[in-house]
Amino acid sequence: MSCSRMENKILGYLDGRLKESERLEVEKHLATCAACRLRVNEFRAVSSLLDELPVIEPSPAFDLRMHARLAALPARQSWWAWFMPAPRVAIAAAMLLLATVWVGTRPNNPPQIAQEDIPVLENLDVLSNFDVLTELPQPVQADDGGQSNPQM
Amino acid sequence: MLDVKAGDEQSFTLLLHRYRTPLVNFLYRMVRNREQAEDLAQEVFLRVYKAREDYVPSAKFTTWLFRIATNLALNSVRDTRYQRMEISLDAPVTVDAEEGEEKTLDVAEKNPNIEQHLVEETRKKMIRHAIEKLPEKQRAAVLLHKYQELDYAEISKILQCSESALKSLLFRAYETLRVELAPLVAQHGK
Repeated sequence: MSCSRMENKILGYLDGRLKESERLEVEKHLATCAACRLRVNEFRAVSSLLDELPVIEPSPAFDLRMHARLAALPARQSWWAWFMPAPRVAIAAAMLLLATVWVGTRPNNPPQIAQEDIPVLENLDVLSNFDVLTELPQPVQADDGGQSNPQM
Repeated sequence: MLDVKAGDEQSFTLLLHRYRTPLVNFLYRMVRNREQAEDLAQEVFLRVYKAREDYVPSAKFTTWLFRIATNLALNSVRDTRYQRMEISLDAPVTVDAEEGEEKTLDVAEKNPNIEQHLVEETRKKMIRHAIEKLPEKQRAAVLLHKYQELDYAEISKILQCSESALKSLLFRAYETLRVELAPLVAQHGK
């Protein structure tokens, strides 16, 4: 193994993460290369120095602030909640729908009758020759003053 | 996390308790400001909580968690890179001169081993500053490798690079640290 190939192996070697065959290869190289041996020892020293840094604990307020931030999150809605309107809007929309259905389905015969009557009323010649109409009792005149009844 | 996805709030509290310390430490070492690190850690948990229903266990939970944390940290570091103030040489000597953790050193009466204490603090400060001087991505790689003990596959997913690129990144980072910490490394060898 060359010194340049050692570069990618040193940390794995120090971590004990190399395969057995790789480890033996590295140790074989180290046995003959003083420079790489020195580097391995110095990397080991660096690793030990990094261990000297103390671990800090989160401040006592950490959990309180964390829970406050969690509580401040808006309530999560599922994807279909987007289609769910507010109750008042839902009631108004339902009433509007009912009204539309009612208007659309109610019977509309009276206007049809009126439309059929119009040609009859317009054709006055037919009316004047209509026998049934001539046989109807004549309307009483309002200004007769009770003199119109000859049988009395 | 699958329990959290199913709506179990208590499981989220368990996740919070299990990961808050490693997350705050990782972020603190990335951004060098305790208050900011805690804010970012909370932001990570908020994002996890918000995304709980979309969570797909295609990767380890820690990979997902630290990927969010790393992205937030890298953005934060880039945003504040030019805003950070250098500590004046004339400022009072402090126990820990990091932002958000200022404490004036007044230990002459309290600590009889002040010299030893100062040596240790100087040593820690050197280590911290050596890490801080690393380029952001190298720093994240070292922190995830050294302190979270994640394997190369996980770290490469977090940093979105190949395993081979990660090994190269880590090698360069350790080389830089070896040079920066040369006096301490030399002492260590004795």
